[in-house]
Amino acid sequence: MTMLSIEGVHTFYGNIEALKGVDVSVETGEIVTLIGANGAGKSTLLMTICGRPRASKGRIVFEGRDITGTETFEIVRLGISQSPEGRRIFPRMTVLDNLQMGAISTDPSYFTEDLKRVFTLFPILERRQEQRGGTLSGGEQQMLAIGRALMSRPRLLLLDEPSLGLAPLVVKQIFEVIREINEQQKVTVFLVEQNAYHALKLAHRGYVMQTGQIALQGTGRELLGNREVRAAYLEGGH
Amino acid sequence: MATGAAESRDVPFATILKNAVLTALVALILAIPLVGFETVASGAGSLTVRTRFDWVAYGTLAVFFGRLALGFWLARRVPPSSTEPGFLTRAAVFGSLHAKEIAIVGILFAVVLPFFSSSTVVYVATSVLIYVMLGWGLNVVVGLAGLLDLGYVAFYAVGAYSFALFAQWFDLSFWEALPLGGILAAVFGLALGFPVLRLRGDYLAIVTLGFGEIIRIVLVNWGAVTGGPNGILNIPGPTFFGLPFARNAPSGQTTFHQFFGIDYAPIHAGIFLYFIILALALLTNWFTLRLRKLPIGRAWEALREDEIACRALGLNPTNVKLSAFAIGAMLGGFAGAFFATRATFISPESFTFIESAMILMIVVLGGMGSQFGVVLAAIVVVTLPELRKIPILEWEPGQYRMLLFGMAMVGIMIWRPRGLLAHREPSLRLFGRKDGAK
Repeated sequence: MTMLSIEGVHTFYGNIEALKGVDVSVETGEIVTLIGANGAGKSTLLMTICGRPRASKGRIVFEGRDITGTETFEIVRLGISQSPEGRRIFPRMTVLDNLQMGAISTDPSYFTEDLKRVFTLFPILERRQEQRGGTLSGGEQQMLAIGRALMSRPRLLLLDEPSLGLAPLVVKQIFEVIREINEQQKVTVFLVEQNAYHALKLAHRGYVMQTGQIALQGTGRELLGNREVRAAYLEGGH
Repeated sequence: MATGAAESRDVPFATILKNAVLTALVALILAIPLVGFETVASGAGSLTVRTRFDWVAYGTLAVFFGRLALGFWLARRVPPSSTEPGFLTRAAVFGSLHAKEIAIVGILFAVVLPFFSSSTVVYVATSVLIYVMLGWGLNVVVGLAGLLDLGYVAFYAVGAYSFALFAQWFDLSFWEALPLGGILAAVFGLALGFPVLRLRGDYLAIVTLGFGEIIRIVLVNWGAVTGGPNGILNIPGPTFFGLPFARNAPSGQTTFHQFFGIDYAPIHAGIFLYFIILALALLTNWFTLRLRKLPIGRAWEALREDEIACRALGLNPTNVKLSAFAIGAMLGGFAGAFFATRATFISPESFTFIESAMILMIVVLGGMGSQFGVVLAAIVVVTLPELRKIPILEWEPGQYRMLLFGMAMVGIMIWRPRGLLAHREPSLRLFGRKDGAK
């Protein structure tokens, strides 16, 4: 069953067309990744799903409901949660406060249960819960950002470059948790990444974005084996 | 490069001299129009201009040498070891560790104070408490929600005028009109909130500044309702459960002193007012502390930190901002209503921009978000001008109030930019918390 379908979406920043007719679909239970170079429009697509900026053409449908024109804060309540680019945790609030903010639009009776779930995924956060967000390491902040996004009990989790600026070991750890979130907690994941190797290895399916359009798509393995993908995103390293 | 430790650091003479000359130049430019000319009455009601360039010269020289001395002092100064916390830091740490004890002692002191002091002291203490309450109210908007409001006095004015008008037209008593004043102020808070929702920082500050002025100008010009510049007279004072404070009972009523069988003393009314504002202020404090622990308070803080992240979490920034404005305004409105009943006379004069600046200064001086700091700052700011009543002090600090406040602000910005008693909760503790919690 299709959980999220993006149909011919165009997004503009002023006169600049950042998305030029993008079609992406995410099935329930999948991990789908979107890879691409800087400025390809990956983050824009993720932000457009959340209604900021709005798609000027095309349709975004979540669980059969057209959310193209829905307010950002209402989209979250429908069951889509985003861990935004650059993490954007609240640096002067404690870890616990950050997580409580994540649950601010959900039924408070789930709070304890959800908090326990997040602490099971990221035990470090439990130990750090009294600490201010800004004092965490980069990896811990990323865990906090994902944990905060999970606190709103999403059915679809949008992750924007969770590996950004993190040490390889930490990246591995984060991706492991993303798999756990998907497999054990049955949360569908739409992942935007530059770290193509890890992302494609993790994902069921992937899309490659180039200058505002989808250039390639296929299963994670197909894309990993694709010569163009290898040349553009995987050569030299990993 | 380890040369002898006793060797003093190089003193950059040229830089110090250059700084001193530049500073003196600025002082000169400022002093010529500000100090250099004086108008004197030359009989028959006409004024003539007299120059005082000698004063300008002295002032400029004083600035020059002062800056020179400061330069040398700074160059020679050994940087203080940063491990040793200063007195205020230690006071702030002490305050945060013993917050409960300090609060209890403070409240006890505030409760017994009026029984052992003159009516002047009670009057000044009442003024202090009004500003404490205003400071706590503004702290919701500025400290918690991070929305810089330069027109807070507008809500104070709305509270005061609505109370006065309700009392005048509908004959409502203080206790009936007080909540109405708060509610009306909250409505005005929403009215201000709507147009400024998209603004942040400087732009927001400018609009709120304008809003404060609009309210004042409306009060001045809408003579039919507000009495214009003459204000409103004979605002009734509060009653003690229906018992008025007066020497002679109005027909058919019992006064406070008759009811309790004590001699009439004017201070009774003052003490009663004092306790009302003390209760209001404590209520404000309790309310704001409570709010902080609720989701709404957390949402304010989060909005201050990152608006985009808030949206991504399903928070409607519109509602969050409006609620901050409305609640801050409501608290200001209560304080205003109290102000009106105490002063028994209000006019637009009492609600000028300088009043907003004073309240903001109390919040900033005290340390944004610090409830106790606000109290200290309010005591300083309000009692300073009252010191002129002490005859031993030949000079009147009240006259130099703004100068002193300005200097205090500059000092705070240099030495304690987070406020007098601002203190960060330690993010990490080496040996666990003192009170034994994790």
